[in-house]
Amino acid sequence: MVQILLKRTVHGLIVLWIVATFTFLLLRVAPGGPFDSERKLPPEVLANLEAKYHLDEPVLQQYARYLGGIARGDFGPSYKYLDRGVTQIIRETLPTSAMLGGFALIFTILTGFPIGLLAAYYRRSIIDRWCLFIATLGISLPNFILGALLIWLVTLELGWLQVGRWDDWQSVILPTITLAAAPAAYLSALLRSTLIETFSEDFIRTARAKGLQEPVVVVKHALAHSLLPVLTVMGPLAAALLTGSFVVEYVFAIPGMGRFFITAVTDRDYPLIMGVTLVYTAILVGANFIVDVFYGYVDPRVRAH
Amino acid sequence: MNKSAPAANRWLVGSASIVVGVIIFGFLAPWIAPYSIGGLEANNLLQPPSAGHWMGTDGLGRDLLTRVLYGARVSMTVGIGTALIALVLGTSYGLVAGFKGGNWDDFMMRVVDIFYGLPDMLIFILLSLVFGRNIGGLLIALGLVTWVRFARIARGQVLQAKEFLFVESATALGASRSRILLRHILPNIIGPIIVTLTFSIPSAILAESTLSFIGIGINDPYSSWGTSWGTLAQDGYRAMRSYPHVIAFPAAAIFVTILAFNTLGNGLRDALDPKQR
Repeated sequence: MVQILLKRTVHGLIVLWIVATFTFLLLRVAPGGPFDSERKLPPEVLANLEAKYHLDEPVLQQYARYLGGIARGDFGPSYKYLDRGVTQIIRETLPTSAMLGGFALIFTILTGFPIGLLAAYYRRSIIDRWCLFIATLGISLPNFILGALLIWLVTLELGWLQVGRWDDWQSVILPTITLAAAPAAYLSALLRSTLIETFSEDFIRTARAKGLQEPVVVVKHALAHSLLPVLTVMGPLAAALLTGSFVVEYVFAIPGMGRFFITAVTDRDYPLIMGVTLVYTAILVGANFIVDVFYGYVDPRVRAH
Repeated sequence: MNKSAPAANRWLVGSASIVVGVIIFGFLAPWIAPYSIGGLEANNLLQPPSAGHWMGTDGLGRDLLTRVLYGARVSMTVGIGTALIALVLGTSYGLVAGFKGGNWDDFMMRVVDIFYGLPDMLIFILLSLVFGRNIGGLLIALGLVTWVRFARIARGQVLQAKEFLFVESATALGASRSRILLRHILPNIIGPIIVTLTFSIPSAILAESTLSFIGIGINDPYSSWGTSWGTLAQDGYRAMRSYPHVIAFPAAAIFVTILAFNTLGNGLRDALDPKQR
């Protein structure tokens, strides 16, 4: 087990290094510099700016400086926010995004599991058809449209929840639903198809034949057996929550990391783009790591090794 | 077949007609749109739907129906274009990886895994910085994100198909590698690839409209060729409190199109995969 964890850690670090390099190279070849603006800057000013941000150095040296900085947890200065470094911006905005993502993950699990279970258990019934219908809607409705719809319906028409603020538990509700809708729909659809296969297995028939209570059959036998395939999508699910978060933060004007990422893209604030990309990747690598550990824990076959 | 088949077919036919309809509307937009794409009516700003303007007008007095029709052209170009680029890139990559096997396969799929593990949107935004915020650049960026799906499917199918007896007998008869690949393996893996193709169109449309909505997609709100539905929705979002119709119609267009493609994909998958029945 320790060996597996060690291997996964090394693997994760390699992925991070590849992404760092890839992003660095990509933004090097991207047309248009960060200091292009409507007014042309005088060459001396431009030279000074480039010297300040070490853009006049050879590319390899910049790359080494950048990697060295990351190793120390320093993502360098932001081109746009002169008073704060990238690391500081991330430190200030990450908790907001993490909170939103955490709520959305809980909401995804709390809705995705029951819907998938109901649909699979009452397969081909009216309940199943409704669950499938809701899941298809959830997958097809882009989160920015859902967000706008919720704001229009709940806030503007019904006058229930305030939006455009981020200070109390009420302001969390609509963004959480918006962010979690698609992942929840996806999770329920996956759980349904996995469970349907499981329900037709021999060991389920055996469990029923030996007179076990139906809830025991469903939870201890069917659900436990279907947990593995569901666990494997937790990684991509985390990815969906992450990238969903920058759309949701934009729609609801939440001061999280995703919103800063979008403004960084429009501003061509390259260090901030690279920093946030790396943090996203690190979160993903971490999520996959946790999934692997759980996987080993849940699956007796992996545990035995 | 089971009893629910007629109902499923109705859905399939319905979604297929919507898909065909959106494609036709999109590419015939200049001929069927009621107004010219650049037309402004300064005294007709933000009008609700009426007989003259079925979807109303926007903040510059432009006919919304016209803009939505032209937007279909953008969405369809992006969706179908991306799917085709990804199809060619990914399928050939996957075919080669699966057919070569061994270390080649290991290395090639490691690359795919890294791409696959990162969020599409993230790679896509980074790539669009390089390739520019126009339709051409967007197509390349989206294609470079989507190809991994085809690579995975194609490789997996090839690994399965290699085990078939008729491939073995073709090898025994001395058929060349490329002949086996093209004549025997490719036709047998075409089903799952068509399904993947159908599903990658709506995800490209979704990605493009989302990026345009948050202001980092196609950057051309006055294009005479067509404005993205995402940009139209963003325009409407700003005025949503008083003029909800401006966001409602583009948003509905995006939703209905994506839903139709997804339903079509589901139907195709069930039809082509006997195990799912």
